Amino acid sequence: MQIKPILAAMRHHKAGTVLIALQIALTLAIVCNALFIIQQRTARVSRPSGVEETDLFVIRSDWADKSDPRRIDAQMQADLIALRQLGSVQEASSTNSFPLRGTGWDNFIKLQPDQVKMTTDAAIFFADERTLAALGTRLVAGRNFTAGEIGAQQPRDALHSAQVIISKALAERLFPQGSALGKTIYVSMGRTPSTVIGITDTLQAHMTGSWANPYAYNAVLIPARLLNDYTYYLVRARPGQLAAAMRDAPKALYAQSRMRIINAKDGVMSFAQVRRRAYERDVGMAILMGIISVVLLAITAAGIVGLTSFWVGQRRKQIGVRRALGATRGDILGHFLTENLLIGIGGVLIGAVLAVGINLWMVAQFEMARLSLAYVVAGVVALLLLGQGAVLAPALRASRVSPVEATRSV
Amino acid sequence: MFAYYLQLGLRSLRRSPMLTALMVMAVGFGVAASMITWSVFRAVSGDPIPGKSAQLYTVLIDNRGPQYNDNGEPPEALTYTDATALVAAGKAAHQTLFYNVAPSVLPEGNQSLPFIANGYATNADFFGMFDVPFEYGGGWHASDDAGRAAVAVISHELNQQLFGGADSVGREITMDRHTYRIVGVAAHWDPKPRFFDLFSGNAFGDPVQLYLPFARAVDVQMDTAGRNNCGSNADFGVGRDAWLHGECVWVPMWVELPDPAAAKGYREFLTNYAAEQQRAGRFHWAPNVRLRDVNDWLDHMRVVPPESRISLMVALGFFVICLVNTIGLLLAKFMRRAAEIGVRRALGAPRLEIYHQFLVEAGTVGLAGGVLGLLLTALGMFGVGLLFEPEIARLAHLDLSLVATTLLVAIVATVLAAFYPTWRAARVQPAWQLKSN
Repeated sequence: MQIKPILAAMRHHKAGTVLIALQIALTLAIVCNALFIIQQRTARVSRPSGVEETDLFVIRSDWADKSDPRRIDAQMQADLIALRQLGSVQEASSTNSFPLRGTGWDNFIKLQPDQVKMTTDAAIFFADERTLAALGTRLVAGRNFTAGEIGAQQPRDALHSAQVIISKALAERLFPQGSALGKTIYVSMGRTPSTVIGITDTLQAHMTGSWANPYAYNAVLIPARLLNDYTYYLVRARPGQLAAAMRDAPKALYAQSRMRIINAKDGVMSFAQVRRRAYERDVGMAILMGIISVVLLAITAAGIVGLTSFWVGQRRKQIGVRRALGATRGDILGHFLTENLLIGIGGVLIGAVLAVGINLWMVAQFEMARLSLAYVVAGVVALLLLGQGAVLAPALRASRVSPVEATRSV
Repeated sequence: MFAYYLQLGLRSLRRSPMLTALMVMAVGFGVAASMITWSVFRAVSGDPIPGKSAQLYTVLIDNRGPQYNDNGEPPEALTYTDATALVAAGKAAHQTLFYNVAPSVLPEGNQSLPFIANGYATNADFFGMFDVPFEYGGGWHASDDAGRAAVAVISHELNQQLFGGADSVGREITMDRHTYRIVGVAAHWDPKPRFFDLFSGNAFGDPVQLYLPFARAVDVQMDTAGRNNCGSNADFGVGRDAWLHGECVWVPMWVELPDPAAAKGYREFLTNYAAEQQRAGRFHWAPNVRLRDVNDWLDHMRVVPPESRISLMVALGFFVICLVNTIGLLLAKFMRRAAEIGVRRALGAPRLEIYHQFLVEAGTVGLAGGVLGLLLTALGMFGVGLLFEPEIARLAHLDLSLVATTLLVAIVATVLAAFYPTWRAARVQPAWQLKSN
């Protein structure tokens, strides 16, 4: 295949060449970044929560009378007994928050009481001896709380944290060398140390914002019932009885006391709903970028088909002449495919630079990760193939131009 | 001539339907993607209180010192101690403070169930400063703040729910077992972003349902339902009283300062206040205070979600590609008619007329693209609701100005894209075209 005649032909329609190259370049730049965003978001969404999610649901109960803490405490214990007695319920526990909730209580964690800056940040989950069973999260070291260790406290009281259970990620962050078990840490910002008595397997925090990415798996379990204006109940249904348990549980709670509010809209949520809500924005963003990428590739392909068709139409006579002088159909087909490949290569070279440039700008603006070059390479290959595919139909039409065309209309 | 060119344009569009469809779709998709993302972006980045945004300032004081503060920035709200002291000093034209509350509300008399309502514990100045409109009655008075009166203002929506929309001024509402006398019913009010409540992350939250006096709420120990930030400082005490008078920040404060001179004066006052705290031994560092107006505060708190910005950028890039595509296709379409142009030119049409004809033709493509874009935008608005969480999605809506912008952008962009192809068309040499046929 000779390149020179193709380059000569391209010089004759510079504008079209430049436009196609530009379109390929811009498409590559945007599609690379869009695909990268999709990958980042889906990676976030598919992170494990460390919770056995099927058959788990949460109930939020607000106290209608905001009565005194002792009554709230008695009510919470009565509620838990009532929930555990339900036939459809396997386990129930009270807490202030849970993985993927979005907002909640997080504390700075320190290794020394007079440390100025925190060592790390962690979610504070008030728990009892049944919380891990309700969540379906295993301990990898140490022991669970015993019923006797579970206290009760109000939000502004000193944290009931002489003994704590911490998540694996937090343990590794605090004590990179050796086990955290039996060590003391400071979780309450005060001067009272907490002894680590257990370490859970992977357990996600409630924080889902991007600021909390470094702390996403840091959690501290405090052995107490939090006597606040509201509480959450983590309820594990017996296998396959989620729907029944979600129906029975609020009824059982109302039967215990009517002086509570369980919001009709989101007072009872399955963990699947919790997860959907936590990642709604990420999933939405991924879908949006997906739609844009597909439409963009389609439009670019259509644009290449349109312009090449026009060129073929314009050059029918020249094609006829070449055919008359002995060029085979394959030669003509090859001409257009090579021409497109050359334009495509020019486009993707500019596009790759643009893609990296846009990504660097986004890294600076939105704290995004650096674009991996694999995406650029994949994008380059995809766009070159797209170009070849798009040019195929007009090129085939060109190859069918009869040598007789050379003699017409002169 | 314009009408004639329009007719020619429409006829030409029909002549090569594939090419036309391609262009119309490119313009339609491009403009729709841009408009959908733009409508969300303009909602999240708009000025929530135009005309007053340069006169309202949030007040911040560094109560943590250089070791504990956030890279030199004071925390994003005040302590109870500072907020109440500064409001009591009354050095600004108006000053307000508030915290978020979520009391249980028991409807008056009837048998219906209690529910949780969200609101603010604030003072009398709040309503005037933030331009809260009233349907019945009005805000309470400064004397009610001082007297710690059990009064309340409820929203239009809560009034509908509790009293069927009747004038409920003078009636009672029960919150957390205490009764309050209603003094006003606010008309629908929901500034977006809710600039004054960024500390608790409520920029796009549900509209507020009720308001009650700050001092009263503190008296009845109504706890904050918003954020409470204690920083990394180790010496805050235990129990509600220690917390209330401690160094945790949870009270946003705003002042109204009519002109830059007043702002300068207030900044001095604030610095003096911090210096006084230093002298008293509470702060062990030089005064570090901020006075941020509405737009400054929205910027500082990065209220526009990055998703909204990125989507807008990507959509605009998408639109540019669609336009590049359109330029190429228009070029093909116009140059295909070189012979026709040659004839017109030979018959005496000046270049300007060629310009007219082809730009009008491009305009019709733009119009068709705009109409398609409008349909896609309407469809997309529905889609945004499926893709994104309701707090953001409900901000996007198709109004008259968006319809007009969509059509205008489509036409203008297409006509701009047509300049180069038209220029090429106008340069066609008549003699050359006539000769070869």
